[in-house]
Amino acid sequence: MADPRVLEPAAGTVAGPTVAGAYGALVRSRIAAQASYRSSFALDIAAQVLIGLVEFAEVYVVFSQVEKLGGFSFAEVTLIFGLATAGFGLADLVVGHVDRLPYYVRTGQLDAFLLRPLSALGQLVTSDFSLRRLGRVVVSLVLLAVALTAVDIEWTPARVVLLLVTPLIGAVIFGAVFVATSAVGFWLVEGTEFTNAFTYGGNYLSSFPFTVFGSVVRRTFTFVIPIAFVAYLPALALLGREDPLGLPGWLSWSAGPVALLSCCAAGLVWRVGLRHYTGAGS
Amino acid sequence: MSLAAARPAAALAGAGFRRWSTYRQAAVAGVFVNTVFGVIKLSILLAVADSAGGTVAGYDRVGLSTYAWMSQGLIAVVVIFAWTELADRIRTGDIAVDLARPVDLQLAWLAADLGRALWGLLSRAIVPILFGAALFGFRVPGDAAALLLLPVSITLAVVVSFACRFMVNLAAFWITEVRGPVTFYILVAGLLGGHLIPVQLFPSWLQAVAYATPFPAIMQWPIDLVTGQASGWAALGLVCAQLGWAVALLALGRVVLRRATRRLVVQGG
Repeated sequence: MADPRVLEPAAGTVAGPTVAGAYGALVRSRIAAQASYRSSFALDIAAQVLIGLVEFAEVYVVFSQVEKLGGFSFAEVTLIFGLATAGFGLADLVVGHVDRLPYYVRTGQLDAFLLRPLSALGQLVTSDFSLRRLGRVVVSLVLLAVALTAVDIEWTPARVVLLLVTPLIGAVIFGAVFVATSAVGFWLVEGTEFTNAFTYGGNYLSSFPFTVFGSVVRRTFTFVIPIAFVAYLPALALLGREDPLGLPGWLSWSAGPVALLSCCAAGLVWRVGLRHYTGAGS
Repeated sequence: MSLAAARPAAALAGAGFRRWSTYRQAAVAGVFVNTVFGVIKLSILLAVADSAGGTVAGYDRVGLSTYAWMSQGLIAVVVIFAWTELADRIRTGDIAVDLARPVDLQLAWLAADLGRALWGLLSRAIVPILFGAALFGFRVPGDAAALLLLPVSITLAVVVSFACRFMVNLAAFWITEVRGPVTFYILVAGLLGGHLIPVQLFPSWLQAVAYATPFPAIMQWPIDLVTGQASGWAALGLVCAQLGWAVALLALGRVVLRRATRRLVVQGG
């Protein structure tokens, strides 16, 4: 079995353009592969659009019963929902399949990755670029646009920038959560569902105002796994509202640094996991 | 089913149980994820009840907790998530071998699925329900009829769910990649079956749509027996409706299978 510690640095020694070229070729081949089964691909995209709509149906049903949820109106929750699902959708598109790490371990594909002069994570990410998930991102952007016409926002340049970068930062945070929790697969061969608790669970949680959750859930998903920074806190900043539960206002503007920190943490967890990995076979 | 057919069915059910029971880690991870989702789902529903003044559509706080934990517990029993084993065998051609076996294809898979469901009930349903009951409260039905009907109702829910999944998987005879239809099915069945939010909370038009589909028979109706949304004769009515859906959907599945196998061309000798 190859020692990842020996092979990992090799990735850095390949000249930059070559590495980029290799990844480019990988991504292009994935896209071509997906688009070649046209009717299946069209159904996939349709299913993703439907995912977005069905997820939103829960919000719609909730507001068919009440005027406000946790102190937030339908339009405000739609804003949070739009930001959250845009971020999650983008992350899912790029790194969503990383949670299938146990499958790659079991089939020995990870060993093949480790033998090539590119990083294992990089190859894993580019091994299945899920273009179909664009369908879901589009739904979230439409909902976001509709919500923006309905909520009362006092626009400033800072808020415009915040609105534009929030889905991207949200995607980075979710991406970090995907990578960090997927690394569990190095220890647990059947750990995919454990990962899902944080990725899909995080997506579910991030689509609602945090005022509806109990303090344990709220704190865990703010300070340990920074899901609150994906949509809820930026939405507070956009709406010019204080956190009803007393978090300081500057936190609402801190998603960027938090995303950076999350990436460092995720990279560290992944590295530890990869070092622990000794191969599935003999 | 005749006695001669019952023995292989029992053996297949036993094999289904044993096969899934080897995945212990997955069961623990599954319990964990179902519990996390249960807490999130219940938090949202309780916030709805708070905004609505304590009760919503006949559910009080304990009623909502009962609903949330029953629905989380039943996930692994009725499998509302992706199941593509049959589609995979169709895609790879292994289905030809299955069709050559001296057992009925649909009933053999159904038997294995019932075995799997029993393992799901024991390994993944009980812990989230106990956890939820301890932390958020749980209403055990006082209605004897509903309690007696519950095991029947859960079994029929598995059968209806299986019959639907069987048909969705048969799509693989016509298209190569069934991920789209499967995802589509999971979402619609999950929403209209009352997995995310009780059907009783839907606006009336969406309720009408839901009750026109078999999906409430998979999730909402067994839960209704526990929460007390249905009791006495109404509970018996739900179970009869489940039976109707189960028979109708299994029969429809056989028709689709017959049409599908006419398309099947087996290569080689």
